[in-house]
Amino acid sequence: MTILDKVTALLGEGAVLEAGTDRVPRIAPGSPDAVALLLGTAHQEGWRVRIEGAGTWLQSDAPADLALTTRRLDRIPAIEPPDLTATAEAGIGLDQLRQQLADRSAWLAIDPPGLAGRTLGSIVSTATAGPLRHGFGPIKDHLLGVTFVTGDGRMVQSGGRVMKNVAGYDLTRLQAGGFGAFGVIVLVHLRLRTLPRADVTYLLEGAREDLTQVGEDIAGAGLTPAALELVSPALARRERWVLAVRLAGSPALVAADEAGLGAASGGGRFSPLRAEEAHAFWMRLAEGFAVRPVTFRIGGVPSASDELLDLLQHQLGDEWISASPAAGAIRWTGDTNIDRLQRLRRTLAGLEVPLTLERAPWPLRGAVGHFGAYREGVGPLVAGLRRTFDPGGALVVATEGS
Amino acid sequence: MSALSHLGRDLSAIVGERHVREARAERVTYSMDGLPTHRRVPDLVVLPGTREELIAVVRLLAAHGVPFVPRGAGTGLSGGALADEGSVLLVLTRLKRILRIDRDNGLAVVEPGVVNAKLGAAARPQGLQYAPDPSSQSACTIGGNVAENAGGPHCLKYGVTANHILALEVLLADGSLVEIGSPSGEPWGPDLVGLFVGSEGNFGIATRITVRLTPLPRAVRTLLADFNGLRTAGEAVSAIIAAGIVPAALEMMDQSCICAVEDSVYAAGYPRDAAAVLLAELDGRNEDAVVAEAEAVAELLRKSGARSVRTAANEVERERLWQGRKKAFGAMGRLSRDLVVQDAVVPRSALPQVLEAISTIAKHYGLVVSNVFHAGDGNLHPNISFDATDPAVKKSVEAASAEIMETCIAAGGTITGEHGVGLDKLRYMPLIFDAESLGAMHAVRRVFDPDERVNPGKVIPVHACREWASANLGASPRGQQLARAS
Repeated sequence: MTILDKVTALLGEGAVLEAGTDRVPRIAPGSPDAVALLLGTAHQEGWRVRIEGAGTWLQSDAPADLALTTRRLDRIPAIEPPDLTATAEAGIGLDQLRQQLADRSAWLAIDPPGLAGRTLGSIVSTATAGPLRHGFGPIKDHLLGVTFVTGDGRMVQSGGRVMKNVAGYDLTRLQAGGFGAFGVIVLVHLRLRTLPRADVTYLLEGAREDLTQVGEDIAGAGLTPAALELVSPALARRERWVLAVRLAGSPALVAADEAGLGAASGGGRFSPLRAEEAHAFWMRLAEGFAVRPVTFRIGGVPSASDELLDLLQHQLGDEWISASPAAGAIRWTGDTNIDRLQRLRRTLAGLEVPLTLERAPWPLRGAVGHFGAYREGVGPLVAGLRRTFDPGGALVVATEGS
Repeated sequence: MSALSHLGRDLSAIVGERHVREARAERVTYSMDGLPTHRRVPDLVVLPGTREELIAVVRLLAAHGVPFVPRGAGTGLSGGALADEGSVLLVLTRLKRILRIDRDNGLAVVEPGVVNAKLGAAARPQGLQYAPDPSSQSACTIGGNVAENAGGPHCLKYGVTANHILALEVLLADGSLVEIGSPSGEPWGPDLVGLFVGSEGNFGIATRITVRLTPLPRAVRTLLADFNGLRTAGEAVSAIIAAGIVPAALEMMDQSCICAVEDSVYAAGYPRDAAAVLLAELDGRNEDAVVAEAEAVAELLRKSGARSVRTAANEVERERLWQGRKKAFGAMGRLSRDLVVQDAVVPRSALPQVLEAISTIAKHYGLVVSNVFHAGDGNLHPNISFDATDPAVKKSVEAASAEIMETCIAAGGTITGEHGVGLDKLRYMPLIFDAESLGAMHAVRRVFDPDERVNPGKVIPVHACREWASANLGASPRGQQLARAS
C-alpha cells in the first residue's frame, strides 16, 4: 500500500486533496481527532510530515512524505461578545474570522503580515505580529489557550477560555512562535476586544531619521497609538519613508490623540486617510511581506532601531522594511542568500538582537533555520522540548537549520 | 538536627553560618506561606546573599542530589513555596538589587528578591512604572511574581507578569545557567520566557530578571460605585466592558468584605449598607480622554443600577479608596483567626450566577465567605474566614473550597488566575486537564529538571498523568531510576 492508500483508508477520500507541484500528497483532516490519528500513524510508520495552512505564507516546499493542511479545520465553535472571547479552529482564515467577529462587534486586535486568507494556526505558530503589536502586544498576548497535536499523535490542551489562567505550565506560549516544532495547533482560544468605535490612520512622509524623531516625540507626548509604523518607500509605494499612525479606541481617546498628533509632527503635516484608503494601506503593507521570497523579523531595543535599520540597509538593502521602533520590532522582506543571512544573524547576535526567519524557500530556511544563535544552554532545552513533543521527528520544521 | 545537617557546614562555607538555619525553631518560621491550610517544615533553610552564592549552593545540592525549593517573601497563596523534609528551602530575599533601570528602552534588570513595590518606587522618578501590582506588592518579590505569573488589580489594562518579563537568566537544577529572552522581548527561538513564567519554580530559579517598564499615566480618575445587589454590580462590569472601555482596574467587594474593611484601620469610606461596591479606575496619558472615559463609565454605572457613583476628589482620597481594596485581606483577619484566600476565574458574563452559587455554598456549610476580586477579569477571590484549630470547620472549608472550584469550572472557568496551583490545587488539576495534557506538562518539567528536584510535588499531580517518555529522562542517576520506574 502506498502512503496515500493508507491515509485514504484512515481518513477517507474527502481528506485527500490535490497534491502540489512537488507531488507530495496533501492531506486535510476534518477534525482535531483526525489530525491526531494521522500524526499517530505517521509516527508509527516513520513518515515525515510538513504542516501547511492555506498555503499563503510559508512556502509549501519542505521535503516530506505528506503535507498536513489544516484548511478543513475552519470552524468557529464559539464567539462570546460579553466575555470578549472566541474559540476557532486553526484552519480558519483570518479574513473570515474577522468578519464573523465584526458582525458581533468584536475585534481580534492583530494585523499579521500575509494575505487576508492566512490561517489562524499559521499566524499563531509563527507569532507573526503586525503594526498593531505597538498598541496591543505580540500574538501571544491575544491567546487564552490552544489545543495541539504532538508529532506522535497526542492531543494536548493548554490554557483555557478565561482572561487569566495560571493552572499548569503555559504550553500556549511555547506553541506561539514554535513554527510547529512542538506540534500542530488545531484549536485556539482568543482574547478579543470590542470593535473600536473610532479608528483613523494618518501618514507622514519624510527622511527616515526625521520620522524616527517624530515617532519618539509622539511617544513622549503621551499619545497612545494602536500602531506607529515606519515603512520604507518601496513597501509604502511612496517617494520617501512613511510614518503611519493608527489611532483606534473610544472616540474620546482617539480625538485626544488626534489633537496631540499635530504638535508632535516635527513641523511636518500628517495626512489623514479615508477609511477605505487606510484599509488599503494596511492591507498592502501586510501583503507585501508574502510576495517576496524571504521574510524575517528582528527584535532590538527601541534605542537601537536606527542602528539596526542602517545595518539591514548595509547588509541586505532596505527596499521592503517595516519597523515598529517603540516596540523594538523590524520586519524585512526581499531576496537574499544563505551566506548573507547567516552573516547577518551572527552580527545581530553580537548586538543581542534575535533574528527569526519567518518564511523562505526550503533550501534557505533548511540551512539557516527559523531560529538559531541560541544563548548558551538554550539549544539543549529546545532540543529536549522538540524530542518530547515529536519523539520520532515526524514534523518537518527547520528550527535551527543545518 | 535535620536529615540534611551534614550539608550545613558546606552550605555555611558558601553563604556564612548565620544564613543557614538548622534549628527547628528557626525552620518552623518558614513552614507556611500566605495560605494557612498547608504546613511543611524544611530540613534546612539557606539564604544566599549573592548570585554567585546561590549558584554555588545549587551546584552543591546538585552534587548531593538534594531537592530544593526556591522561595521569595513567602506571600504566596497556594502552598507553593513550602519544602518537605529532605528538601532545602532557598530563600532569595537577600538578592534584592535593582541592577539597572533603562529609561530610554523602558526596562529594568533586577535580582529575584527585589520587592515589587520597591521596583515601582525606583522606576517612578524616571516616569515609569512596573505595572503588575499584586495586593501583597509591599512584600512580595519579583522572583516570586515570575514563578507564579502574578496579577493584580491593574492587570486588567496592563496585563499580568508574563506580559512584562522580557528576559531571564535561569539557574537550572543541575547548577547550569541559561539565558532566555532578549531585552526587546523577541525570543531567541521558542518563547521559553513565556513557558518559564508561571512554572512555580519547577523549571529553575530566575537569577536575573529583565522587566518591561511602562510610562506612568499622566491622568487618573478613580470611581466608587455602590449597589444593592451583587448581580447588579456584576452586570455593570459587563456593561463597561461591552462599551469598549478598558479601565485600568475594575474591582469588586461584597458586603462582608466592605464591613471588614470599614471596621479596620484601613477604613476607606465604603458604604456599609451596600451589597457590593465597584472600584473603577481609568488612567491614561491624556487628561481629556481620561476624563471623558471616566464620565462614560460613571454613566454606565448609573444606568446599570448603581445607587451612587463618586469620583475621588484628590490623590489622598484615591489612595484611601485603594487602601481599603488592597488591605482587604488583612482586614478580614478581624473576622476570624484563619483565612483561606481562594482564587478562580470565570467568564465575565458568568460572574452574577457564580457569585450567587458561592453564597449558597457558604450558607450550606455555615461559613463566612467574603468576596473581593478582579471583576473586570472575572478573577474571583472568595475568602473563607474560619478557625483552623477546629477539625470539623477545617473539613467544611475544604469541602466548600472544592465546591467553589467545581462551580467555577462548570461555568467555563479555571482553578487559579494568579495564585498558582502549588500544593493546594493539585487535586483540582485533573478536573481541568486530561491525563494526556498533564503528562505533557510533566514531560516538559523533566526537560528542565530531569530529576524533579526543584520544588518537588507541586503543580502537576503525577499520579494523574499519562506517561510520556521524557527527552532528558535518563540523563542523571535519579532520572535513570525514574525512567526504570516508568
